[in-house]
Amino acid sequence: MATASITHPEQSWELPSRGLVGMICLIVAESAVFIIFVVAYIFYLGKSTSGPMPRDVLEMPVAGTLCLLSSSLTVYLAAEALQKSRVRLCSLWLAATILLACVFLASTAREWYQLIYQDGLTIRTNLFGTTFYSLVGLHASHVIAGLVMLLLALVFALFGRIGDAHAERLEILSLYWHFVDAVWVVVFTVVYVLGR
Amino acid sequence: MADSIPLTGIEDLTAASKPRPLTLEILHAWVTTVDHKKIGLLYIGYALAFLVIAGLEAVIIRVQLAVPLNGVVSPQVFNRLFTMHGTTMVFFVGMPILFGFGNYLIPLMLGARDMAFPRLNAFSFWISAFGGLLLYFSFLGGDGLYGAGTAPDVGWFAYAPLTAKVFSPGHSTDYWTLGILLSGVGTIGTALNIVTTTICMRCPGMTLNRMPLLVWLYLVTCFLVFVAVGPLTAAQIMLLIDRYLGAHFFDTQAGGSAVLWMHFFWIFGHPEVYILVLPAFGFANEIIPVFSRKAIFGYPAMVAATVAIGFISLGVWAHHMFTVGLGPGANAFFTLSTMVIAVPTGIKIFNWIATLWGGKIRFTVAMLFCVAFLFQFLIAGLTGIMLSASPFDWQLSGSYFVVAHFHYVLVGAILFTIFAAFYYWFPKMSGRLLNETLGKWHFWLFLIGFHLTFDFMHIPGVLGMPRRIYTYEFDRGWAVWNLIVSSGVVFQVLAIGCFVFNLVRSYSRGDPAGPDPWDAWTLEWSTASPPPVYNFAALPTVGSRRPLWDLKHPEDPDSNYE
Amino acid sequence: MRELIDMILLIPPSLNLAVPTDIFSPKGTPAHLIFGLSIFVLAITAAIFLATAGLLLYVLVRFRHRATDPDREPAQIYGSNQIELAWTVIPILIVLILFLTAARVIFNTQEAAKPADALDVVVIGHQFWWEFRYPKLGIVTANELHVPVSDPSHPTPTYLQMSSADTDHSFWVPRLAGKTDVIPNRVNVMWIDPEAPGIYLGQCAQYCGTQHAKMLLRVYGQSPHDFDAWVAQQQRPAAQDPSVAEGQAAFLRTACVNCHTIRGTVAIGRFGPDLTHMASRDTIASGAIRNTPGNLKQWIDDPDRMKQGCLMPSMHLDDRDLTAITAYLVTLY
Repeated sequence: MATASITHPEQSWELPSRGLVGMICLIVAESAVFIIFVVAYIFYLGKSTSGPMPRDVLEMPVAGTLCLLSSSLTVYLAAEALQKSRVRLCSLWLAATILLACVFLASTAREWYQLIYQDGLTIRTNLFGTTFYSLVGLHASHVIAGLVMLLLALVFALFGRIGDAHAERLEILSLYWHFVDAVWVVVFTVVYVLGR
Repeated sequence: MADSIPLTGIEDLTAASKPRPLTLEILHAWVTTVDHKKIGLLYIGYALAFLVIAGLEAVIIRVQLAVPLNGVVSPQVFNRLFTMHGTTMVFFVGMPILFGFGNYLIPLMLGARDMAFPRLNAFSFWISAFGGLLLYFSFLGGDGLYGAGTAPDVGWFAYAPLTAKVFSPGHSTDYWTLGILLSGVGTIGTALNIVTTTICMRCPGMTLNRMPLLVWLYLVTCFLVFVAVGPLTAAQIMLLIDRYLGAHFFDTQAGGSAVLWMHFFWIFGHPEVYILVLPAFGFANEIIPVFSRKAIFGYPAMVAATVAIGFISLGVWAHHMFTVGLGPGANAFFTLSTMVIAVPTGIKIFNWIATLWGGKIRFTVAMLFCVAFLFQFLIAGLTGIMLSASPFDWQLSGSYFVVAHFHYVLVGAILFTIFAAFYYWFPKMSGRLLNETLGKWHFWLFLIGFHLTFDFMHIPGVLGMPRRIYTYEFDRGWAVWNLIVSSGVVFQVLAIGCFVFNLVRSYSRGDPAGPDPWDAWTLEWSTASPPPVYNFAALPTVGSRRPLWDLKHPEDPDSNYE
Repeated sequence: MRELIDMILLIPPSLNLAVPTDIFSPKGTPAHLIFGLSIFVLAITAAIFLATAGLLLYVLVRFRHRATDPDREPAQIYGSNQIELAWTVIPILIVLILFLTAARVIFNTQEAAKPADALDVVVIGHQFWWEFRYPKLGIVTANELHVPVSDPSHPTPTYLQMSSADTDHSFWVPRLAGKTDVIPNRVNVMWIDPEAPGIYLGQCAQYCGTQHAKMLLRVYGQSPHDFDAWVAQQQRPAAQDPSVAEGQAAFLRTACVNCHTIRGTVAIGRFGPDLTHMASRDTIASGAIRNTPGNLKQWIDDPDRMKQGCLMPSMHLDDRDLTAITAYLVTLY
């Protein structure tokens, strides 16, 4: 029977992990969305016809940024701990990540409260308000989405439901988290450094 | 050998022993399915329904424009019709039908059992489907606060500031925005699934270099989806924020820019047309070789050309904006980039001709549609070259010449290959062949109708007729051409009628197809028609680009030449 | 039925290629430059079509399956690097030639030096009419653009500075030039130079709302003498004919003045067209309706009935006011 080409291969057939490729695709797609909001922000710099200007009202969110960037480290440590089956250590690092993210969100909320009620800058005030709130808000919404996923992971860890079999999934989640942090680096640079 | 797998005689015997299921059970199975084949068919069925609806919209448009100063519909209704026609055809016919075929075929062609993320697959379909229904709910959705109309009437690319609250009060524009936003989410989900499946679930031996070309084309398409649908999503969000939160992204009174919307939209819009055309090329790449009885000529060149088209297509968008006043430097740049994309596109056409050369061409209905595709895509590409020359475009843009050009691509190239795909893969999906006689009626009627409408449509364009006008004056000299254009509609409607009748009739009464009716060479033909839910009894291992050719020609397998 | 007969009667003239908006009948320099480029591009694409389609047709006929063929698959040819190279390099060369030709026309049109005697006109696009202002001549008019013809030995082109008051529009008079978009919060500049006296037709070419279809353009190319006469006439304030005083009074006391200007009276509205010399125009409703007293009266009575969706509201005038105002406007030469 002619079966020449349908045989078992000599070497092993290994392909990349699905979760990893899927997450990379998601990151590419989300980056495209963010790039457009960044482009809009840069395009409209200096074009507001009235109202508060960036240098008048923006202060560098140093604390929040430090928290968010360190949370990348803690989530990496959480994934590494899970890989070594150290679930309690993983829970600890996850909790730290969540805490740092919450601090970041709180500092953003405080900044917005000040901008709205003291400086009179809302999304409808001028082009700066429009582009600022939409860009930072889009990023914050992605932080919140990541936060929900991290909370879920923490809850599962605390209930003893995860083990080293899930290490790869946590790694993929942490990849998303690193993406969110990378976006913040861009947003921070564009809005608080270059744009002021 | 004990570990070799016979490819024929595999039958799924499980279904025969079950009692006939209730209608409710069948419905439940379809609504809750995560099987890529069923989801593919859901996409295709959904798209066909919208093809008929959007086609009816076009029929009314052509009846209105058949004679000058016609009064069949009011200007308001006309403006809604062309908006809905364009939006539906791009987002709720083109995308779903192409992703439907992709969903069905890709796991089979790769030797996999399903897509990488079956539940995401189902979610993507249902959210896209909901987007379409939301768009059409606008016809019923009430008049908004100012009695300002129901279905959107801002054109399928919805230029700002026409879409601002002040110029489009009520909710019609919002139905457009939300419908497309939701469909975009589904599209990204499906693209993610296709890429992951392609990279991570190929059967043993199937290197990227041995995948069917169709899969390569879908891979590049999905890359374009990631990069292009994001900007559209962003623009839609910005529009919503403008309309509901008082923001100023496109508010020219506050210093906003109408041109910014155009940039964002066309950064999506141009890759979008490649997202639509690349899968069509994929169908041609599978069908033409089989009916020429020759391997595709220049597989590596085809892959390279596809990747080149993908990349270059990201850099041509402002050829939709030649008349916006971007300046001679920008106009010259985009003229060059647009012309450059003709090079890899031309390479593809030449490779298809070289595939046919020296072959034994069989003119089945699927092949007839592919042959027409080759001529028509050539013409569409050449009118594209005319449009790419920026000064020529200053006359042709916004006129019926452009409408003729893009319908030549969308209908003459893409829809024709979709029809070919139907005739080629329907037997695999249903186990029955479509009737060839009815198919030939479908082909010839549609060919005549297509050429009557879209060949002659170029003429009013060069005679100065703009697009999106609900009527025109007698003294313009456009009347006789519009009448001819409208007459083609009759043939197209009859042809679609033949096609739908053929689909319905052949599903229950067509000749049995067997696993491999066309003597083809890729993996989907190695399993039963229709395939069992698990696709393959045992996952195959391949040693070349045409595993079934190697099986059928053990004395001269492809693996000797690759 | 009458429309059908009208349409049939117009088939013979509509077969005439010199229709009023034919891009292949240029009558001004930009249109001529584009025409030259377009013929070149058409020639090359026609050649490509004949060669490729001819080859394709040949292949389909020569290599079709015949019943008498031996039952054997044909020779499988997988590719050829030399052939791929050939049909990559040749198209690149063609692209280069086309690009350089196009680029030359782009720069010749968009970076042409502006002669000292050029006329400046400000064009403002509205939903659904055109405003034309001649800043150095103190003229404001609507929908019908009068420009001097241009003699190649002593060019007098008209430079149009264009912007929009609301949505996107596009200024397109095919026999004079390509179209340029008219966009709010942005000024686009283009130039036209009709070579012979006559009326050049066009219309808005960017969808702008309900009555985009009837935002027509009429460009009147005039000899220098006729143009100067037109300018002089337009510079005068509005006619004050005592026999239509009642109509003038009625006009000035109704809401008409909120939208329309009549120079020399208290009417200074800017939302609608300037009516100072409206009787000197051939058309109303942006070229869509002949300017006759009967049409004008119907228009004022109910604009929406004649141009459905236009932004001029019906004033619901009683018949006496309607007749009087119409009689007044008809005197505004």
